[in-house]
Amino acid sequence: MSILLHTDTKVIVQGITGRMASFHTREMIDYGTNVVGGVVPGKGGQVVEGVPVFDTVKDAVLATGAEASLVFVPPPFAADSIMEAADGGIRYCVCITDGIPAQDMMRVKRYMYRYPRDKRMILTGPNCAGTISPGQALLGIMPGHIYDKGPVGIVGRSGTLGYEAASQLKDLGIGVSTSVGIGGDPINGSSFKDILALFEQDEATEVICLIGEIGGPQEAEAAAYIRDHVTKPVVAYIAGLTAPKGRTMGHAGAIISAFGESASEKVEILSSAGVTVSEHPATIGETVARVMG
Amino acid sequence: MDIHEYQAKEILRDFGVAVPEGGLAYSPEQAAYRARELGGEKWIVKAQVHAGGRGKAGGVKLCDSDSEIQDAAADMLGRKLVTHQTGPEGKGVYRLYVERAVPIAREIYLGFVLDRSTQRVMIVASGEGGMEIEDISAESPDSIVRAVVEPAIGLLGFQAREIAFKLGIEPALTAQMVRTLKGCYRAFRDLDATMVEVNPLVITGDAKIVALDAKMTFDDNSMFRHPNISELRDKSQEDPRESHAQDRGLSYVGLDGNIGCIVNGAGLAMATMDTIKLAGGEPANFLDIGGGATPERVAKAFRLVKSDANVQAILVNIFAGINRCDWVAEGVVQVLRDEPCDIPVIVRLSGTNVEEGQKILAESGLPIIRAATLKEAADRSVAAWKNDAEALKAVT
Repeated sequence: MSILLHTDTKVIVQGITGRMASFHTREMIDYGTNVVGGVVPGKGGQVVEGVPVFDTVKDAVLATGAEASLVFVPPPFAADSIMEAADGGIRYCVCITDGIPAQDMMRVKRYMYRYPRDKRMILTGPNCAGTISPGQALLGIMPGHIYDKGPVGIVGRSGTLGYEAASQLKDLGIGVSTSVGIGGDPINGSSFKDILALFEQDEATEVICLIGEIGGPQEAEAAAYIRDHVTKPVVAYIAGLTAPKGRTMGHAGAIISAFGESASEKVEILSSAGVTVSEHPATIGETVARVMG
Repeated sequence: MDIHEYQAKEILRDFGVAVPEGGLAYSPEQAAYRARELGGEKWIVKAQVHAGGRGKAGGVKLCDSDSEIQDAAADMLGRKLVTHQTGPEGKGVYRLYVERAVPIAREIYLGFVLDRSTQRVMIVASGEGGMEIEDISAESPDSIVRAVVEPAIGLLGFQAREIAFKLGIEPALTAQMVRTLKGCYRAFRDLDATMVEVNPLVITGDAKIVALDAKMTFDDNSMFRHPNISELRDKSQEDPRESHAQDRGLSYVGLDGNIGCIVNGAGLAMATMDTIKLAGGEPANFLDIGGGATPERVAKAFRLVKSDANVQAILVNIFAGINRCDWVAEGVVQVLRDEPCDIPVIVRLSGTNVEEGQKILAESGLPIIRAATLKEAADRSVAAWKNDAEALKAVT
């Protein structure tokens, strides 16, 4: 198998009539993703890229049985769309949108807790490139051709750095079970820890590759989780060795503001939890290959 | 986005937090006039810069006469104030805030932050006010009181009272402390702040709780719904290259090295800087051109990086997903044709439309050094920067 996303997962795209959204809907369909519809309030009844558009997520779920959603909605409205997905019966949601106010995301997280755990939607992102289970389905904006099917589970904050890792693996003939972007925002739907737990249970994943960066506590929390709960080998790279303290490096969440948030501190914390760290961003693939033996 | 102390105090006052009386001044004469307006016997003249640590750097002065105020103001205005938070270049002082001095009985630290572990607003307070929170955590961590606010409910009365009692505030002042805490929280929530810091919050000799200093930082992503806050942006407090970049949709952070970087994606941009360092060079900047970059945006990014006098080589590193290598190549070729430059340019392209991009670079006839991988790109950049023909040959 793979995690979160499979060949038969029925997908809708929220905000499908936008220029970027319709372009990436086409890319996802071409990759083989089972896109069954889209949602844009007031545009129900239209057809985009061969799939029907609905006014609400509830309508779309009722008509198509959609289980997953890709949110491609501008920042002022994105949090509302994520909550609509959670309420409409969507089980897995990826939010691509960059620039959502942090307090909106705080409310999203709080809102999702109103559902019991077994009915609670899983959210990855926002501000991420999406999720891909190579050879099966793509829910996001990444170039599908750089991923081969294989045993490595990738979880990372950065989109393009994730591409870099996947292409290094591909050059070495190593494939990917699922690659998940958790995004570069300070408040995100799923943490490294949440995705590590899924990879640990996944039969198709043999090695986990974690790509972190400066800022926030989630890499350190992942290290503690790996030490206590993960039996599969984990390889990590942390970007931002040369990043100055107190400056935001592109991603809203990439800022060193407390102890343990710099790249070198995170490397040390992960190493001491038994993670094999690639110190060099160009040797992520080699390090995974070495760990696989 | 940061704002000045006097602006933060105005905002907090509107939310029910007590602040000292004060007035803004742009000249020594105006500073003295403000003091006369305020009345009293002692005044504080405070340099308005977007940085902490002003006191130790000479940016805060207690004065007790008209001439002293004018001297202090003349000394501060127009100079660069260097504090431990500004970096060696300092921040320019163009505005002063004059306040009536307040008799201090006790100093408290009070901070509101967006806590990334709990993903909620956290209140951090300590009885050791006046010190930086980093120093308080290092020297007396047990003095720190924390409370997390439930976003759907807001700060509750009992939470605010608990903080007041833990700080040892006398019962007669509890109501004032609760009003202060709730006011700060509401300002944080209603205006999409990411940080509110009142340090020190003081208990005065006449038993009043007053915010003696105040600092607020706002979420850049929420400025679309707070036009009144975004108007408070003060470009004089920003690095001019960074403001220039921000106004053009580029994310740029200036550093001290010699190799300029133009990259897509924040993570890859940081990784590119790291690779340069590991190859023996020093990156001159962080720059993310974002997604869907047109040749024009690439050209703008290129000019921006080149305008840094320290830059002696430029590395363009693109892994295109939502971007297009051909557009990036066009942008680079266009800017090099229009404004030839004598520093080496290294380009690594990968991903969407890479063949078209490589073709544009090859057919341009320009002396662009190409690289296939991230490592190659960094090695060649460092070799070219060192003007090391041998090393360049060895890696090519």
